[in-house]
Amino acid sequence: MMKDNKIIGRIHSLESCGTVDGPGIRFVVFMQGCVLRCRYCHNPDTWEINKGKEYTPQELMAEIRKYKSYMKFSGGGVTFTGGEPLVQADFVAEVSKMCKEEGISVAIDTSGFIWNSAVQRALDYTDIILLDIKNFDPMVYKEVAGVPLDPTLRLMDYLREKDINTWIRYVLVPNLTDNLESIEELSKYLAEYSNVSKIELLGFHKMGEYKWEELGLEYTLSDTKEPAKEMLIQVKEIFDRSGKNVSLNS
Amino acid sequence: MRQEWYDFNPGSWTTDIDVRNFIQTNYTPYEGDDRFLTGPTGRTTELWNEVLKLMKIETEKGILDAETKKPSTITTFGPGYIDKEKEVIVGFQTDKPLKRGIMPNGGVRVVQKALEAYGYELDKTTEEIYTNNRKTHNDGVFDAYTEAMRKARHTGIITGLPDAYGRGRIIGDYRRVALYGVDYLIEERKEQKKLLEIPVLQSPDIRLREELSEQIKALNQLKEMAGSYGFDISQPAKNAVEATQWTYFGYLGAIKEQDGAAMSLGRVSTFLDIYFERDIKNGNLTEEEAQEIMDQFVMKLRMVRFLRTPSYNDLFSGDPTWVTESIGGMGLDGRTLVTKSSFRILHTLYNLGPAPEPNLTVLWSNQLPEEFKKFCAKVSIDTSSIQYESDDIMRDVWGDDYGIACCVSAMRIGKQMQFFGARANLAKALLYAINGGKDEKTGEQVGPLFAPVTGDYLEYDDVISKFDQTLDWLSELYINTLNIIHYMHDKYNYERLQMALHDISILRTEACGIAGLSVVADSLSAIKYAKVKIIRNEAGLAVDYEIEGDYPAFGNNDDRVDNIAIEIVERFMNKLRKVKTYRKAKQTLSILTITSNVVYGKKTGSTPDGRKAGEPFAPGANPMHGRDKNGAVASMASVAKLPYKHAEDGISYTFSIVPKALGKSMEERVNNLAGLLDGYFCDNGHHINVNVFDRETLLDAMDHPEKYPQLTIRVSGYAVNFVKLNREQQLDVIHRTFHER
Repeated sequence: MMKDNKIIGRIHSLESCGTVDGPGIRFVVFMQGCVLRCRYCHNPDTWEINKGKEYTPQELMAEIRKYKSYMKFSGGGVTFTGGEPLVQADFVAEVSKMCKEEGISVAIDTSGFIWNSAVQRALDYTDIILLDIKNFDPMVYKEVAGVPLDPTLRLMDYLREKDINTWIRYVLVPNLTDNLESIEELSKYLAEYSNVSKIELLGFHKMGEYKWEELGLEYTLSDTKEPAKEMLIQVKEIFDRSGKNVSLNS
Repeated sequence: MRQEWYDFNPGSWTTDIDVRNFIQTNYTPYEGDDRFLTGPTGRTTELWNEVLKLMKIETEKGILDAETKKPSTITTFGPGYIDKEKEVIVGFQTDKPLKRGIMPNGGVRVVQKALEAYGYELDKTTEEIYTNNRKTHNDGVFDAYTEAMRKARHTGIITGLPDAYGRGRIIGDYRRVALYGVDYLIEERKEQKKLLEIPVLQSPDIRLREELSEQIKALNQLKEMAGSYGFDISQPAKNAVEATQWTYFGYLGAIKEQDGAAMSLGRVSTFLDIYFERDIKNGNLTEEEAQEIMDQFVMKLRMVRFLRTPSYNDLFSGDPTWVTESIGGMGLDGRTLVTKSSFRILHTLYNLGPAPEPNLTVLWSNQLPEEFKKFCAKVSIDTSSIQYESDDIMRDVWGDDYGIACCVSAMRIGKQMQFFGARANLAKALLYAINGGKDEKTGEQVGPLFAPVTGDYLEYDDVISKFDQTLDWLSELYINTLNIIHYMHDKYNYERLQMALHDISILRTEACGIAGLSVVADSLSAIKYAKVKIIRNEAGLAVDYEIEGDYPAFGNNDDRVDNIAIEIVERFMNKLRKVKTYRKAKQTLSILTITSNVVYGKKTGSTPDGRKAGEPFAPGANPMHGRDKNGAVASMASVAKLPYKHAEDGISYTFSIVPKALGKSMEERVNNLAGLLDGYFCDNGHHINVNVFDRETLLDAMDHPEKYPQLTIRVSGYAVNFVKLNREQQLDVIHRTFHER
């Protein structure tokens, strides 16, 4: 967003020791605001765009810079997540550009739903996209996220065209995203994308449930269990057939 | 060249005592991985199982056995074994494994109390002798203490002073025994003594002549003790097993006679590696045999025991001995000092399982071989038994043959010792500043009388100026107290064997310490950036505080408060520098609490940062529990800013993280932990304890200690068996910040 003709970012929180959102040790920026309403979201407190703390790109950069040694030695960098960081793509683009200038690697954790010229600019400075594909069946996708799948697939084509290193994330939720046929379709689809270097299969967990309660929101997955180990292994085997490197994190 | 030195490259070490030069001219750096390592031999495992049985009984009873009559000297006890046939390295402090000796030279009442605590009684004659005939260190100190010192000790503004127990933190260069043999060392002392036959003898020279005579006696007794085990150590060691045994005998002599808090080993693994390499090269030793020697050496180091009182255990809990061994690092010429034996000694944590002792300390440098970094990270993740210290910082100050005594105290091996000074409670000092020198708990006038804060709110400049006055008083009192202690320790409880394994002319440091740094930094930050209202009791004493608004807390990589912490360290150190010390010792400072952060907290009233009376401080230089909100790296980054040049006795930081917060796979975790260490040390961090486990494991261990006999956890500067901590300390560990994201 703009304030007095300057780009301003709204940030939910910062984490100096991220190790699960991209390679190495990462400075993780949780951006405020999301247009999706995923039923298993564990950060619903980042949905609202008008909350969070305001930062200028320079202010955030000053924070990022403090951790350069840790990023350098571990092969890490900065990860923008949220929320949907590309809701504030102009801000992300600006900070990413500054990161590139200082040799800091940038990752963006996104649903791929948002597309505009600012997003395009942000991608110019991105080393890794962590792309969350909620489901490959458009109907199920809509049910999970509240928005259509198409924009995400269009982004996939763009990422391939630009050859941007992409990690795919898939959250396995029993009775919601465990439709095996669609997972098989997704696996075949991903095999066609040479820019996809990794698939991260994540087991559903309810760690964010308390936040829904705090926000007065109805959590619809209270009765859903974490996926069984066998189920995760079965899904992993399907993804393995894509020929990609698949990691399982339950 | 002597025939025992065959195949070694000559250097200045062949004509003078110079172990560093021997290492530099003979060692083989190792940059490979851990695949050469081997498991334990059958007899090592059988022996270790015997030891575990004894340790189990010890854990149940508190101690396994104790001597009640004969004070320990180097030669008091004849040989002791577990199973002679299986022991590759031999020797115990007393005549039986894990049996604790008594050392009343430090103080006879302490010995008496410690024995009583475990159901033993001190022999009447021994008690009589040490009460009426032979004065102890403890008696000497209390004869000389001033009223102000007694008060400061009593209220706990200065605590943990070695005035009733051995001061420790002296590392004999035990390697000299192996390299030169004892006869050569005796000859050297005799020659030095002759040089002191000068026209006018004054007290420093008289003292030195007496000390040299004591040292020569101790070296002769060391030979005699080794002889009782069937070894002639008058001549240099001829091979790897002898070199290890000789070195151990040197150390063993020291711990038979001295029960200093920290009896550290030094830096022996790379030294021993030279012998291992020579024997392997000549076909006289296999890798299995080399590892067996190392495993059995470490097994003996795990069995070092001292008799302690319950009040001592409150300060330093879990029966620590600080058999600190410094591993790795880089040489001044740029070659790494990592050898295969650096791997071997860490590998004992697999062959014998995790353990708190010896206190394995990796001297980290960004230049260390990558494979060694990875191996260390893996061992940390698997065992939580290693601490890391910045070789890059310390090499600059101390060269490349220093070792760590206790937790974080660097000293050049054989060339330097310290006068251990425990620590001053700066959080309490801040409260004295607010209350005009009165103790916040008793109302007693302990510090000098000056105007207390009178308003309802604390003003930053006012508090700082009063705090400064308080620190002037405290630094003088503190150093003078240490001067008395170390004068008396030299007089009544001199470490004759350890000092025989030093150069004649050495550097002495006066090692002061700070407790409660993060409490003070946060308190001052609260006063500066929020509003702090004083709550007074009926007598007008400030006893509690209310904070209005937020303040930046130490541990979030926020310069506003981190700079306050830096400033406190520098301010206090500069005051200590002004006070004259015994034997011209150089003042240094540590930010280290051991586990005494709990006791210090108990003795300190509510503080302006919001900490309530009696609540523990954070250990060492750690941020206060739960106040670091920006994740693990931000917390590390704050600590890394503390200036080593004003805290040359070390800055201790304890870091706990759950495995999954280090990454998803083992490979990622190893990479990320090594990256964290590289980043921390690159940014000038000095020390870090690394714990990797889930809180649930600790909770389960509290309820089912029998399931976790070897569960090891790093606390401030050392490691303990978690199940040996008392409940209060276990809870303190569990309540500390565990980085989970």
